[in-house]
Amino acid sequence: MLPSVARPTDVYFFATCVVDQFFPTAGIDAITLLERQGIRVHFPEDQTCCGQPAYSSGFPDEARKVAARQLTLFPNDWPIVVPSGSCAGMMKHHYPTLFADDPVRKPLAESLSSRVWELTRFLVDVLAFSPEDCGTDCTVVLHTSCSARREMGVHLSGRQLLGGLRHVTVAQQDHESECCGFGGTFSVKQPEISAAMVEDKVKALKATGAERVVSADCGCLLNILGHAAWQDEQAGRPPSLPGEHIASFLLRRTGGAQ
Amino acid sequence: MSEQTTEHPLHFRPDEAFRARAKAVVDSPFLRQSFRGAMDFLMSKRAAQFPDADELETLRSLGEQIRQYNLSRLPDLLLQLETRLTANGVKVHWAETPDDANAIILGIIQGHGATKMVKGKSMVSEEIELNHAAEAAGIEALESDMGEYIVQLAGEKPSHIIMPAIHKTKEEIARLFAEKVPGVDYTDNVDALIQIGRNVLRRKFLEAEIGLSGVNFAVAETGTLCLVENEGNGRMCTTAPGIHIAITGIEKIVEKLEHVPPLYSLLTRSATGQNISTYFNMISSPRKPGEKDGPEEVHLVLLDNGRSQAYADEQLRKTLQCIRCGACMNHCPVYTRIGGHAYGTTYPGPIGKIISPHMLGLDGTSGLVTASSLCGACGEVCPVKIPIPELLIRLRSEAFAEPPGHAGKPSAMRDQGAGYSPLQAAIWRGWAAVYSTPALYRAVSWLGSRLRALTPRRQGGWTSVRTPLQPAPQRLRDLMKQRH
Amino acid sequence: MSARDRILAKLRRNAPSTATPLPDVGAWFADHRPVETAADKAARFRHFIELAHAEVHPVDADNWLDTLHGVLKARGIDKLLVAEDTAHGDAALDALPPRGIECSVYDMAIEAWKTEMFTATPASLTGARAAIAETGTLILWPDQHEPRLMSLVPPVHVVLLDATKIYNTFFEAMSHEGWKDGLPTNALLISGPSKTADIQQTLAYGAHGPKELIVLMLTAKEDAQ
Repeated sequence: MLPSVARPTDVYFFATCVVDQFFPTAGIDAITLLERQGIRVHFPEDQTCCGQPAYSSGFPDEARKVAARQLTLFPNDWPIVVPSGSCAGMMKHHYPTLFADDPVRKPLAESLSSRVWELTRFLVDVLAFSPEDCGTDCTVVLHTSCSARREMGVHLSGRQLLGGLRHVTVAQQDHESECCGFGGTFSVKQPEISAAMVEDKVKALKATGAERVVSADCGCLLNILGHAAWQDEQAGRPPSLPGEHIASFLLRRTGGAQ
Repeated sequence: MSEQTTEHPLHFRPDEAFRARAKAVVDSPFLRQSFRGAMDFLMSKRAAQFPDADELETLRSLGEQIRQYNLSRLPDLLLQLETRLTANGVKVHWAETPDDANAIILGIIQGHGATKMVKGKSMVSEEIELNHAAEAAGIEALESDMGEYIVQLAGEKPSHIIMPAIHKTKEEIARLFAEKVPGVDYTDNVDALIQIGRNVLRRKFLEAEIGLSGVNFAVAETGTLCLVENEGNGRMCTTAPGIHIAITGIEKIVEKLEHVPPLYSLLTRSATGQNISTYFNMISSPRKPGEKDGPEEVHLVLLDNGRSQAYADEQLRKTLQCIRCGACMNHCPVYTRIGGHAYGTTYPGPIGKIISPHMLGLDGTSGLVTASSLCGACGEVCPVKIPIPELLIRLRSEAFAEPPGHAGKPSAMRDQGAGYSPLQAAIWRGWAAVYSTPALYRAVSWLGSRLRALTPRRQGGWTSVRTPLQPAPQRLRDLMKQRH
Repeated sequence: MSARDRILAKLRRNAPSTATPLPDVGAWFADHRPVETAADKAARFRHFIELAHAEVHPVDADNWLDTLHGVLKARGIDKLLVAEDTAHGDAALDALPPRGIECSVYDMAIEAWKTEMFTATPASLTGARAAIAETGTLILWPDQHEPRLMSLVPPVHVVLLDATKIYNTFFEAMSHEGWKDGLPTNALLISGPSKTADIQQTLAYGAHGPKELIVLMLTAKEDAQ
């Protein structure tokens, strides 16, 4: 379990490389959500990537090299909020092992690890986020990443956040806890199996009849939305499964950027 | 699905054509549906056995501690087991390789001039390809577990370690029986099919001179071999013929009899969602003077076959905690999509991916270790808490490292670097150079966003079923600057 | 160097320098398996073994042979394999033949009559050493009087169980009886008739062993009502 912390005045924001390059609005929306709660958000300019792509692909030295660069970016004792269960899991659970044999970096890795928070968990557990829902009735379906669920154990936070929105119904998809088939380089190294998994996932999400899918992990969203869009292209129909990061959805439902 | 490309099944390369085998299953809606249905069934049965989360977690921890304790004392316990079994009248044999194990078993059989063997379910006997070796030596080796019998009749291999014929429908089995069993008409009534198998195999139990079995737990302090089963064929094989040969991996050992109940409970509840199996058969000796049945001779073959390699490394040693319940495959989204045969290894699914490299070497299995999205479902359900995803990552690093070692560390792994590709290594080095140099990352990502119109439309496997990945017009860091 | 020595040497070379601590199995059971009354254990045993498709008949010392007779007659069985030199075997030998049930005995090594055992032995009667409540399990320790195949080959297996000998768990049974200090040639746990789900996950009974398992639960006379 994560340590419970007192409400901080300042946090660091580690955006992740996927959010920086592919889902920048999710990043801005997450930062805005935090600021609206009265938190000062610091974005270290030199941040790049947590190193997970190399780490999970079997290239620990390359992962270590990239991870080492992130270790020094968070000098103050503030929480580090990450809008991704997967990247948060890497920093929280794998940094300490990655630097276990490095006497200089080990304490830095441990300090960083102890301060990492996945965004939805931070909103629920630390900020007790519960603003008024000002949207109209809608039904969404939530996809939780495997890292968020099994490594970070934060799968209930997203559900709780959406459950707090009065006009939002959260649909339940079949095989909810099953992987969407992304898995980083898995989707490229084993494209046939990955394709079967994302096909089943999109089918299950659509079968709920929800208007959109939300997720706290942009890697899964790239995969799920990319496949849904590909299907639409093949069928020559307009987009049939819109989706976004849960931060964007929450922000819009609770008053927007203001 | 079970086609193999080389003649000697022991020496084929599981990862050759793995993708093609996987694709063949993925492209069949019938097989997809059938595996999905079977795995859903097994998952819900397991879940029903563990209604109390605290009980499950503490029992898994106990199971993990028991396995780790016994592995930490493995050499001593093997000696203790040998001493106790020998005192009980059981003959103990040691085999380093599958060939050694086959030679020992065939030697025992031929020494008695025997030609008829019935087999209880034993994955280790599959691992050593005993049926092939026996056939070549003119010995009938008949599988007697219903699933194994069906698979053998079809000329296939098991596709699941607990439910060998899970890939077959009752209609396929009905056709198989009608075609292969003399005097049998087509019926797809499951009870009738089981009675057909029962009648054929009862005759064989009556006639067989040799009974072969696996072992679920070998208890060192008492010298006892424990077998878990539902059908009774295991009891038949270990009781009716005059000679019983048991074969097991060297890791299946526990010191104390009291270690058995928690592991047994975890095993049946995790495997098939049963609170207990129909039979738990504990064998401590051959027939004693005055006793009227049971084999006159009992042999135990202890097989290494790469297990000592896994043992040599603190992290990889956890692989040997496995009690072969199959829950990892039942919960694996990859196994669910491709079934067991696609893997091309004796042990399919997540456990197969982490144990096969030790048995077969990384040369030939390095492709298998990439066949995981690292979703963690396997590790979550493992009754003895083997950190399977962590071990897969480790094996990837062993497979892709530059041979013969990386970072100056000697490796415990055979064929380290078998999956090494200079191009792949160069790509990751380049990636690391960019992402560890913020200025370079800023430049590259800026270019990516500015030149997004030039993003390739075809991006390898990604775009086979997805729209291309395209960077956003402005990065988060660009949007941040515009805010302030 | 033999294969044995090479394997052991390789393991020894790489074994951890210290063993991990011995887990406290007893503590887990003490924490998770409350002590139950005899009546609760009997009820739980019956519940679980019936779930596993066994048939249970409560009996007492006076009527158990009548029940056994009825069980066999209901199935049209007129031949029963019993064990000489056991109290229940001898009682059956005395009582059943006059009532039309032929009783054969396991009086020679199996090799002398294996075909008959496999082809002409429709039912058997054995005792049970004890039972386990939490899983609905019978404990049998076959011996020279009541050999191993008696509980396996005949299609109908009838077991006489003293209902006062029911343990809560397998762990309790082996600890209480001191199994680690001496196990027989073969010790068995039996939790229902033989079964398989190997064809399309469809449960079928009578795979290789008994198709039917019938438990006569022997209680003191006033409890059996």
